[in-house]
Amino acid sequence: MLSTNAKADRAKRTRLLSTLSQYGVLAALILLIVFGALRYTGFMSEYNFSTFLRYNAMFGLISLGMCFVIMTGGIDLSVGSVVAMSSVVAALLSPYGAFTALLGAVLAGALVGLLNGWIIARLGIQPFITTLATLLGARGLALLLARNQGGVGVDTSNTVFTWFGQGDLLRLPVPGVMMIVAFVLGAVALRATPFGRHALAIGGGEDASKLMGLNVGRIKLGVYVLSGALAGLAGLILASQLGAGQPTEGLGWELSAIASVVVGGTLLTGGTGSVWSTLVGAMLLGLIFNILNFENGKGIISLSPYWQSVIRGGFLLLVVVLQSRLARQKGRS
Amino acid sequence: MSGEINTAARPARSGSGGQGLLADLKQVLPSILILLALLIFNAFFTPYFLSVQTLNVNLTQVATIIIVAMGMTLVIATGGVDLSVGSLMAISGVLAPLIFLNPAFASLQGLGIALAFVVPVLVAGAFGVLNGLFVTRLKLQPIVATLVLYIAGRGIAQVITNGQLQSFTTPAFTYIGLGRPFGVPFQVILMLIIVALTYWVVKRTVFGRYVLAVGGNETAAGLSGVPVSRVKLAVYAISGLLAGIAGLIVIAINSSSDANQVGQGMELDAIAAVAVGGTLLSGGRAQVLGTLFGALIIQLIRFTLLAKGVPDAAALVVKAAIIVIAVALQQRRRRE
Repeated sequence: MLSTNAKADRAKRTRLLSTLSQYGVLAALILLIVFGALRYTGFMSEYNFSTFLRYNAMFGLISLGMCFVIMTGGIDLSVGSVVAMSSVVAALLSPYGAFTALLGAVLAGALVGLLNGWIIARLGIQPFITTLATLLGARGLALLLARNQGGVGVDTSNTVFTWFGQGDLLRLPVPGVMMIVAFVLGAVALRATPFGRHALAIGGGEDASKLMGLNVGRIKLGVYVLSGALAGLAGLILASQLGAGQPTEGLGWELSAIASVVVGGTLLTGGTGSVWSTLVGAMLLGLIFNILNFENGKGIISLSPYWQSVIRGGFLLLVVVLQSRLARQKGRS
Repeated sequence: MSGEINTAARPARSGSGGQGLLADLKQVLPSILILLALLIFNAFFTPYFLSVQTLNVNLTQVATIIIVAMGMTLVIATGGVDLSVGSLMAISGVLAPLIFLNPAFASLQGLGIALAFVVPVLVAGAFGVLNGLFVTRLKLQPIVATLVLYIAGRGIAQVITNGQLQSFTTPAFTYIGLGRPFGVPFQVILMLIIVALTYWVVKRTVFGRYVLAVGGNETAAGLSGVPVSRVKLAVYAISGLLAGIAGLIVIAINSSSDANQVGQGMELDAIAAVAVGGTLLSGGRAQVLGTLFGALIIQLIRFTLLAKGVPDAAALVVKAAIIVIAVALQQRRRRE
């Protein structure tokens, strides 16, 4: 009797801890927003909200793809280069219609993802190495497509194309809407479709999943294609926002995406993952930069933009340390 | 008790017989053959290829990658990875000029130069220790642990100089990147010494055995008395120290230090060299010579393509293909 009681107690504590670690990031995000709202004029303005979402939607999108990949126990280092490559593809296709450009950019990203998935699933090469190689390859393709120019001009007469990155829909910035739609779909896919359940299962134990009859190769292919396609969409947004395809942009974005996923509480070992926490993680990392800008604007302290990465790194450390503490307690209980 | 463990862990020289340099070279034979094929191809089809100048150009370009890749080989052999090397190069690179250009050393230039060689490398090593502590004490996964300094490290370098470029003409310092004793670039000599040392450490020292044991099976290594945490701490420290040295070489070659540029992307080049060289990313193996040849192959292919007028962007695509093909071939060979 006692043992069942203790077991129930333990289960309750574990649940509490996991809720804490999940909502802790959300609480931090809300606290930071409240702090910003109280301290800075213009922080809660529509203008700040809109520019924040416009820029950070790209990081949200690649973080979502990264979240799915990491759930399967993999990693996708190629997303930053894919964003750059797709932005060039989008710019090159912009004279042929906005939706051609949209399709082209997403397809180009998905193709890189397909290649990633194929190499990982069929050749059995580690995800880290595979996507490291495609990181280099996609960057090379981006530069080749751009003919080694710094940027590829967008057809500015194509107003729909410009709308993708700079327009509004129901007073919300279009990139933000795209991101939210993608996250809703991602959350549904994770909870309610075989694809999502199986992706989690693979991360939890690949051999066991195989024995259960899951088509491990196909699911892996799926997550990398998803990650590539989302990076492609981010590339479209980038090209539309800056008015040019950017073959040299996106350097190190893959690591920002990994940081968002980690801050969101998803372990890199796979088998767990929360789409919403990843969104919160991405927004939190973006918000730190936003707050820093406002703080500088107040003129009391003047931190150079270079402090941004120092603070982000310190923040990442803080979060992962707290998480590993929680995880260890969970393991002990 | 501890005596027994020590004997067990000591390299068994007379053991399997596969310990010698020759046997090691045999293991990386495919890499050597590819390298030879590239050399022969270039000898015939690239004008002025067989010149000391071409050799020096290639070796000076690849020296820093090889130096960093030696540390990376050790880290990867323990089952870890170090993403922070490029950022640590930047930190070391901005510290050195701050020291030897400092007015405080105006009258004691020798001391300034000496400190400029020692302090930045030690600082980079200290950051490496920090990486190691993240991994051992905080139990962070190596990718996440070193991601912290990858992000923050370059920021620290930029904050120190406020993102400003530091230019200098200090022959005593730039010797590390531009000096040519006996016609051989100084950093190439340094690189060869570091490769030889790393090879010796892996093959002939207890520490080398420990590194492989930790990467092979951490729990088993711990149970048989290997100081797992100390070994891990040490490999990240070594990786940091070597990144520090590479940072000094890069700024010496450029005669300027740019926090935004020094070491940019170095972590990828180093990991690629290790992977092409045949060290498994899952740990337990360290192909020091393989890493050396891996880096040389990547460099020579890039040089060949550039010499043939292929743009650098296309060379990137080829580099990607080489990494995949090389690793795929090795995995097939291992399975057979």
